[in-house]
Amino acid sequence: MNQLNFPIISLVTFFPIFGVLILLMIDKESEDVLRGTAVAFSVIEFFLSLPLIFYFNDATHQMQFVELIPWIKSFGINYYLGIDGISLWLVILTTFLTPICVLCSWTYIQKYVKEYMICLLLLETAMLGALVSLDMILFYVFWELMLIPMYLLIGVWGGKERIYAAVKFFIYTAAGSVFMLLSIIFLYYYNYKVTGVYTFSILELYKLNIPVSVQFWLCLAFFVSFAIKVPMFPLHTWLPDAHVQAPTAGSVILAGVLLKMGTYGFLRFAMPLFPYATHQFMPVIATLAVIGIVYGALVAMVQPDMKKLVAYSSVSHLGYVMLGLFALNMQGVEGGIYQMLNHGISTGALFLIVGMIYERRHTRMIKDFGGIAKVMPVFATFFMIATLSSVAVPGTNGFVGEFMILVGAFRSFPIFAVVAASGAILGALYMLWMYQRVMFCPLDKPENEKLKDLNAREIITLLPLAVLVFVMGFFPGLFLRKMDATVSYFLKDFNTRYEAYAQQQQPTIGDRIAAVMQIKDNKNITVE
Amino acid sequence: MEMLEFVVPALNVKAILPQAILSLTALTVLLVGVSSPHNKKTSSLGYLSLVGVVVALISTLMINGARESAYNGMVLMDGFSSFITLIVCIVTLLTILSSINYQRFFPRLNCGEYYCLLLFAAVGMSFMGSAGNLLMIFLALETMSISIYVLAGFKSDEAQSIESAMKYFLLGAFASGFLLFGFALVYGCTGTMDLVKISAFLTAHPEVIHSKMLMGGVALMTVGFGFKVAMFPFHMWTPDVYEGAPTSITGFMATGVKAAAFAALLRVFFVALGHLQADWTGIMWLLAFLTMTIGNVVALSQTNIKRMLAYSSIAHAGYLLVGFVAGSKLGQSGILFYLLSYAFTNLGAFGVIALLGRDGGEYTSLDDFAGLGFKYPLMGLAMAVFMFSMAGIPPASGFMGKFYLFSSAMKAGFIWLAIFGVINSVISLYYYLRVVVVMYFKEVERDVVMPKPSAAVVVGLVIAAIGVLQMGIFPSYFWDMARQSVQAMLM
Repeated sequence: MNQLNFPIISLVTFFPIFGVLILLMIDKESEDVLRGTAVAFSVIEFFLSLPLIFYFNDATHQMQFVELIPWIKSFGINYYLGIDGISLWLVILTTFLTPICVLCSWTYIQKYVKEYMICLLLLETAMLGALVSLDMILFYVFWELMLIPMYLLIGVWGGKERIYAAVKFFIYTAAGSVFMLLSIIFLYYYNYKVTGVYTFSILELYKLNIPVSVQFWLCLAFFVSFAIKVPMFPLHTWLPDAHVQAPTAGSVILAGVLLKMGTYGFLRFAMPLFPYATHQFMPVIATLAVIGIVYGALVAMVQPDMKKLVAYSSVSHLGYVMLGLFALNMQGVEGGIYQMLNHGISTGALFLIVGMIYERRHTRMIKDFGGIAKVMPVFATFFMIATLSSVAVPGTNGFVGEFMILVGAFRSFPIFAVVAASGAILGALYMLWMYQRVMFCPLDKPENEKLKDLNAREIITLLPLAVLVFVMGFFPGLFLRKMDATVSYFLKDFNTRYEAYAQQQQPTIGDRIAAVMQIKDNKNITVE
Repeated sequence: MEMLEFVVPALNVKAILPQAILSLTALTVLLVGVSSPHNKKTSSLGYLSLVGVVVALISTLMINGARESAYNGMVLMDGFSSFITLIVCIVTLLTILSSINYQRFFPRLNCGEYYCLLLFAAVGMSFMGSAGNLLMIFLALETMSISIYVLAGFKSDEAQSIESAMKYFLLGAFASGFLLFGFALVYGCTGTMDLVKISAFLTAHPEVIHSKMLMGGVALMTVGFGFKVAMFPFHMWTPDVYEGAPTSITGFMATGVKAAAFAALLRVFFVALGHLQADWTGIMWLLAFLTMTIGNVVALSQTNIKRMLAYSSIAHAGYLLVGFVAGSKLGQSGILFYLLSYAFTNLGAFGVIALLGRDGGEYTSLDDFAGLGFKYPLMGLAMAVFMFSMAGIPPASGFMGKFYLFSSAMKAGFIWLAIFGVINSVISLYYYLRVVVVMYFKEVERDVVMPKPSAAVVVGLVIAAIGVLQMGIFPSYFWDMARQSVQAMLM
């Protein structure tokens, strides 16, 4: 259904490309014009995406603003876009964070400004495309396309070890996703065998009844791909490298949106496609999520580098999101989605803050600071807000998300919930400890005495985030209402299909191994 | 007294139109080259051959769709041959555009012979796609090969180039011998050289299908074709020959020869020997796996970009064999699509490498690319697009090509082969990304001044880049064409 009768999603998705074309025409030397143009385009883009909220019908779980055009007819691949309660806020988060990224790079990026802005805008299109695609091949194209600009952002504008970090980022993520591609193709042929229709449409493939022994392997391929992106412990090692080396805007986008692609992938693809296998993986995922929460927090605590600390805190926070999603109840899933948004805002703000102090002092080591609050009071305020949001103090957005996740998790797996709750305490510990060492300890370094407080541009960059921290903390209903219908349908559908699978005969371990051995010449999917 | 009857052979010009145009152009270029005053500065010969190729390309597109067998089955005119001729014309076109720039720095290449040989090689290649008889395949193969042996050694003042030509010639001669012997055995079994008739004979005499002689023939033919497509274990010549040959020719070899040899391979194995499919599939599975793995793993450690692309071309032969193993119409269309995509991608990459050549040196070490990405943004962007395409990252055409090949394997039930295929793609990422790393991420240590490229090569690179993106983003046009070509293959 498309209530506007206007291809608004295409417009929102490809508008940044239009910006890229304009940027290409601007002279390389006029850097401020380039920066200004990029800001203008990203801001207009944000306003273009707002009608999605206003016209969004929160009474239905159906896909909205749908666009469907055949793309590769002979394969049944379509240009199929749509938004529901799960993707709506992630789309808005993306369009919201991009102008902030452009703004925060105003002085931080001094070389190759034109190419940098082009990369940022391309990345925005790729991310939006991945969020709104309802055709699996289209999704895969955007999913892989995201890698290229991010790879360049880290590799060209990153720190000392940028090449290692960029290549690791690219290969890690690409390695995970190729198996997903095979899994997608398998589903496609299996669907043809069952229904006689060639389609990659995710909504059609949901209806498929996949033999449970095969489902396990297909699901595994999806899980690995998304788990790398999230990143879940123990596949998280690319993240600290990438975050530390990336320029500020790269880190903000990476933490704010790119990681959410993993959790979004679970929610949109892996879980509804394979309800039975998901159910079986539940304890494994929950365990890994809890390990991620505690491990991420503990490692964050001992980091001497502020950026690395925030990076590991991401591992911990994303552990919460995963725990919430796999609790598979209303509070857990909604809390998970909410926490995705929160993490984008609070961690995004923290990376911006670290970037701002780095720009002034060219160091990120905690020991090089102390007493900064005296010389930079405005900065201290914003830093405090971001810290409190990250720690999930009541009144901030983090509290709502974490609380919902813990409630949801407690209903599904109480023991894990108890352990996860300890992560909240650890979170407070490492964040506040860092804040104390950086902002409050005696001002004993002469280099720190002359630091300038934030300028107008930096305040404009941080202000929207700070406001949202409280808006989302005090009025979560504004946001949750839009996802209610979708999430409750998601759970209802998931459970009915899980029950149907559970009625079938359960495969033994032997059956499962037999399934993977058989695929050598798997005649049961051969179609001619 | 009986009247002597003359049977005038029907001259079916239409069936050989593109090849005839190419041959005529070749002769004209040769004559003009000899007769015109010796002027190494102008590129008139290059542009003259370019006109011939463009006309041949247009004629191919015009006769596309016709379906008949001419010259007693020697030449088959069907969608398949048109598609191969299309690939060959594009390959030759891009090679000439690149050569026009390259020859400014290597004036030895600027002569009638060079373009004449190039065009004759193209004639051989396109006949390999339309040959309907084993003998015709051999003739076409030799026309192509002998021209290319000479082209590889065209820089006769460089030991490396001569070594390359010598190696290619000696090993190529052996391979041709194997191929010919294979043909002889098949002829011995079936009593005919005609591909369609071989198939008919085997249908009528199923007892021959598993005779040792026919099997031997198939094995020897596999060796011969395997050599030409750089299939493991007949790939050893590739890196040395690719490295030594003039850069403008390396791309031509990697794409044109591969396309032609795969065309003949498909026709022989699927049209003539379709009955043996169950027998060769197992060994081809193994060869496909080994070819892509060896190519990719060895490419990881290369520092010379031409050698790296040589190993990468071995790996790509492996991917193409995946479609061959799948054996279905889908797999064959996938091969055609991939060959075209590879032609755009690889010729683009070699076109960029050829740009660096100056002052008689080639500058093909990876380090020579340091910092070029930002200094020459368009060139860097084009090279990056070609590398991402080879690695199979969307939205470049390499992704769609691999998608078609691997999905054909999945559909035919060869899931493990598809799994190994994607693992290989990930391995290959490392060395393709390294080119991007060197171009964009490395600090520039010394100032490299690339000579200003001529308009011709810029046009060539733009065509290649547009081809890559077009086939990646809107693949339907060429995909449907490839599908129809395979459907319309004369059986």
